[in-house]
Amino acid sequence: MTDTSSQNPPDGSAGKDRRPLIAFTWLWVGAPLAYGLYELVRKATQLFTG
Amino acid sequence: MSPPIAPVGWSRWLVPPAALSIHLSIGQAYAWSVFKPPLEDALGLSGTQSALPFQLGIVMLGLSAAFGGTLVERRGPRWAMTVALVCFSSGFLLSALGAATEQFWLIVFGYGFVGGIGLGIGYISPVSTLIKWFPDRPGMATGIAIMGFGGGALIASPWSAQMLESFGSDSHGIALAFLVHGLSYAVFMLLGVLLVRVPRPRIEEQRADGGPATAPGPQVSARQALRTPQFWLLWVVLCMNVTAGIGILEKAAPMITDFFADTSTPVSVTAAAGFVALLSAANMAGRIGWSSTSDLIGRKNIYRVYLGAGTLMYALIALVGDSSKPLFVLCALVILSFYGGGFATIPAYLKDLFGTYQVGAIHGRLLTAWSTAGVLGPLIVNWIADRQEEAGKDGADLYGTSLLIMMALLVIGFVANELVRPVHPSHHLAAGTAGTTAPAVAAQKGAPDDRHQQSESA
Repeated sequence: MTDTSSQNPPDGSAGKDRRPLIAFTWLWVGAPLAYGLYELVRKATQLFTG
Repeated sequence: MSPPIAPVGWSRWLVPPAALSIHLSIGQAYAWSVFKPPLEDALGLSGTQSALPFQLGIVMLGLSAAFGGTLVERRGPRWAMTVALVCFSSGFLLSALGAATEQFWLIVFGYGFVGGIGLGIGYISPVSTLIKWFPDRPGMATGIAIMGFGGGALIASPWSAQMLESFGSDSHGIALAFLVHGLSYAVFMLLGVLLVRVPRPRIEEQRADGGPATAPGPQVSARQALRTPQFWLLWVVLCMNVTAGIGILEKAAPMITDFFADTSTPVSVTAAAGFVALLSAANMAGRIGWSSTSDLIGRKNIYRVYLGAGTLMYALIALVGDSSKPLFVLCALVILSFYGGGFATIPAYLKDLFGTYQVGAIHGRLLTAWSTAGVLGPLIVNWIADRQEEAGKDGADLYGTSLLIMMALLVIGFVANELVRPVHPSHHLAAGTAGTTAPAVAAQKGAPDDRHQQSESA
């Protein structure tokens, strides 16, 4: 997942590091999704153990 | 509120989290059932009454997506996400007031009507923007967002249940839970509002080698799209695919129990609940997995798989499903992955046919197929299962006719997909109308599998 988007500018601001912001935003949505998936897996295993 | 244009150096990988923050929130709608039993006990409601807020919400989702799509395109994603945030959160706050004062109509109005507008506008809000940011991988981009809608229920279901357990299931406990939901979702969705950006106009872009950006494909307005056979063929495709998926989803737990009731390995209630959870996982995985695959093999081909292989899976369940539990589970999982994939791939299919100009609005109108399927699927399966039961049938025989009907629906969808051709140039917008520099002649070259309009690394 590189950061070479369609907004590559010709000026010097291309060097601005967006990686911390990208990491934060993906964590923001990823953490609750991981919780949901964890609960799902817990429930799904009942098919084989229940 | 003008559309927020990305500053130079903005990363397109900031756009999917913005979309996910909205879709993961509004996906809560599918976890409404958590609130049903406590509401029924606290307010003395019937099962039908307690389902009203959800049902009105889904109706409003379809209506607001269909009628608000053009406005969303005009005002931009930040406006749309703001509307979604305000409506969805206000819906919960009004419901909290309704629960606290024991006024059920306020819950129906709040969650169903006001919140439902948030569902519809929120659902389509990031679609167009994602496709514009990821012209090389529109299937993957919209797959991420629409996977979020499926993921929303996975998060909300255990979260809401735990909250009700902590606050209590009386009217005050429910009111407090609604209040926390409204405030939490407002904060969570705010990320999307703040983060979303539209790409700068193409005219400012230059390829790395200094040449002009590649011309976009055909551009068709939402109003004009309704006059094309392609729109209605895709409407049939989506409706049939969703109906077939709902056919399984709606009766998943009783179905697996009935199929293996008279075998040496009967399925317990707990195991059936595990099966339903596994189907949800397949639904979600299909949204991102199959939609991303469509970027590689083309939209028409992926729908051939959904509809053709889906028919085959249904046939296997009907013929030998009750002889092998792993085979039954596997076929059901594949069908549900196709169901999710069908939802997630349709925006990219629309983009291929109608361009990016008003793809969000066109997608909104196409979602009426979902509403129709939402009624059609459960109706077919439940009605037929009831009739079969009255006729004295049991076990797998209860579902034989339903499975045949689902197969027939998928074949209709398959034929509709085969009939899809590139939109006739007479429907295309004139050069410059869509805010692009594309000459009309270039637009005429567009085709459903025109997947790489703009070369860029990712």
